[in-house]
Amino acid sequence: MNLIAKPSKDNIKTYVPIGLFLVSLSFLDVFINAFFNLNLMGFLPSQLSYFLPLILGFIGFYLIRIEFSGVHSLDVLNKNINSNNFNALLTLFTIFIIIKSIPPMLDWFILEANFVGNSKDDCTGDGACWVFIKVWFNRFMYGLYPDAEQWRINTAFLILFAVVGASFFVSEKLKKYFVLFLVFVFPFLGIKLISGGSFGLEYVESAAWGGLSLTFIISAFAILFCFPIGVILALGRRSSLPAIKYISIGFIELWRGVPLITVLFMSAVMFPMFLPDGTFIDKLIRVLIAITLFEAAYMAEVVRGGLQALPKGQYEAAKSLGMGYWRMNALIILPQALKLVIPGIANTLLALVKDTPLIFVVGLMELAGMIGLAKTNPKWLGMAMEGYVFAGLVFWIICYAMSRYSQNLEKKLSTER
Amino acid sequence: MGKIIELKNVNKWFDKFQVLKDIDLEVSPQEKIVICGPSGSGKSTLIRCINRLEEHQEGNIIVDGTELSESTKNIEKIRAEVGMVFQQFNLFPHLSILDNCSLAPIWVKKLPKKQAEEIAMNNLKRVQIDDQALKFPGQLSGGQQQRAAIARALCMEPKIMLFDEPTSALDPEMIKEVLDVMVDLAKGGMTMIVVTHEMGFAKEVADYMIFMDEGKIVERAKTQEFFENPKSERTKLFLSQIL
Repeated sequence: MNLIAKPSKDNIKTYVPIGLFLVSLSFLDVFINAFFNLNLMGFLPSQLSYFLPLILGFIGFYLIRIEFSGVHSLDVLNKNINSNNFNALLTLFTIFIIIKSIPPMLDWFILEANFVGNSKDDCTGDGACWVFIKVWFNRFMYGLYPDAEQWRINTAFLILFAVVGASFFVSEKLKKYFVLFLVFVFPFLGIKLISGGSFGLEYVESAAWGGLSLTFIISAFAILFCFPIGVILALGRRSSLPAIKYISIGFIELWRGVPLITVLFMSAVMFPMFLPDGTFIDKLIRVLIAITLFEAAYMAEVVRGGLQALPKGQYEAAKSLGMGYWRMNALIILPQALKLVIPGIANTLLALVKDTPLIFVVGLMELAGMIGLAKTNPKWLGMAMEGYVFAGLVFWIICYAMSRYSQNLEKKLSTER
Repeated sequence: MGKIIELKNVNKWFDKFQVLKDIDLEVSPQEKIVICGPSGSGKSTLIRCINRLEEHQEGNIIVDGTELSESTKNIEKIRAEVGMVFQQFNLFPHLSILDNCSLAPIWVKKLPKKQAEEIAMNNLKRVQIDDQALKFPGQLSGGQQQRAAIARALCMEPKIMLFDEPTSALDPEMIKEVLDVMVDLAKGGMTMIVVTHEMGFAKEVADYMIFMDEGKIVERAKTQEFFENPKSERTKLFLSQIL
């Protein structure tokens, strides 16, 4: 009994057009339903009309599932999204969900969203109230930093971007000085410019710093310092001197075992109690040290992974050439080990950037913190969604850029083994 | 003539397993010594003790007048005088061949970069891979890599060269090009200690042969005598198997 022959090369001419037609029909039905709110199959019993696209698509996919059809695009399609009944169903579900979710998203983000105005009352549409972001944009970028002094933050970041940008266009020899400037001079120059207090610049206390600029400041300093500390800890953990080894292990395990939020809280609240009277360390600096040491412990373990992946022969070859411990590590071991763990390093640094919002526990407010503050403003209640979507987007852009950079670095540094 | 390497009564253990037993060995400058023996006999460990990649627990090892012990300061200085070539080449994969060769002269001997690269190019020419200088190790054949490794060791201008089975990881076709370089080096008057199973090479260059088994030096003899008239039964058995 072979009422319907199994799809094969023999009946490809009839089965494939019918199959494609059925699949297209099912997509079309869902599409029209989602975008124009029309139910083409409304004349059928409600249960059937609901599942009809699925049934049509499923039959269609069955008909076009022909092995080794000889048609390249059909083979690729079958292999990737239609290899068996279960995968065909998954494919249908995924595509239906995507089609279904596009119109409401479009509505909320753009079509029904409000862009004009300067108060919550101007947001009359059903969609997002982007006016909120527009009005608060300055605060989201600079926190409570005085408006008149914001040029200082802009200048600091302009210098940073200019130097980084220029370093791509100069010779290798000059590049070295650019990097030295960025690592050893600029951080302190930038901080001095932003905090002020000398050279005729008005002093702005760190409690007023905030917004995206604070996200950048904290991330940059933490990255700058946690990296070398992490490398030292990783080397320390593998040291043959027991004292250094166990101090490193103790440090790493201590910091890895405590949640960042606890560490931050302690740095802000408990740490000052242990200081002698009269000494005062700025809250931002305490928080920076806490984040740096916390992330350094993670970094150490990532780097250790790279160190362990290197064959013993590399150590022996370096030693046999008369290199001491530091030269061996600096010239032979670390360049290879760090290259191996670039993905892990990028991972840790991305996590670091995304951990910065936690500084709200000590009253510092970077981007997400400022949004949290703005959404509780009585005039702007109910704006959490817009705020956090915006924060998510900004963080995603930062992190995606970092991720791409790490991938490029990996490619650039690869020498075939 | 004074001895450049002296081992007296050296014993070494890996945990409880004794790998070297009462080793006595003296090497004069310009002497070439080939060490052979079955695997696990301690020959690699022996030459790795000479530049202290392995530590010995008993006895004395004196290299160029300096005794190696835990309290030896400047072990790096001794190592710089003792070149070593490994079975697995151990080139630095992240550096070009030229940088592999010039790195240690620049950072350990503090030579100016230009001079170090000159020395590197001369040595690469000597092992006939100067045309590969700017490539990375991964782009070279095994034989070329091993020759580069020899050149790298030579760049430190060592007084002694140690070879730890330099041809064991090579395809048969490439063994000859490496051995040729080593023969050339021997004729140039280098002090060499070579662990190898290449008996043809041994006959051509060795002044002395040493046969080791189970951590002991079983036989030590002039090369001709070693091959023509071995004294111990164990040596005879070994030679009958590999010749």
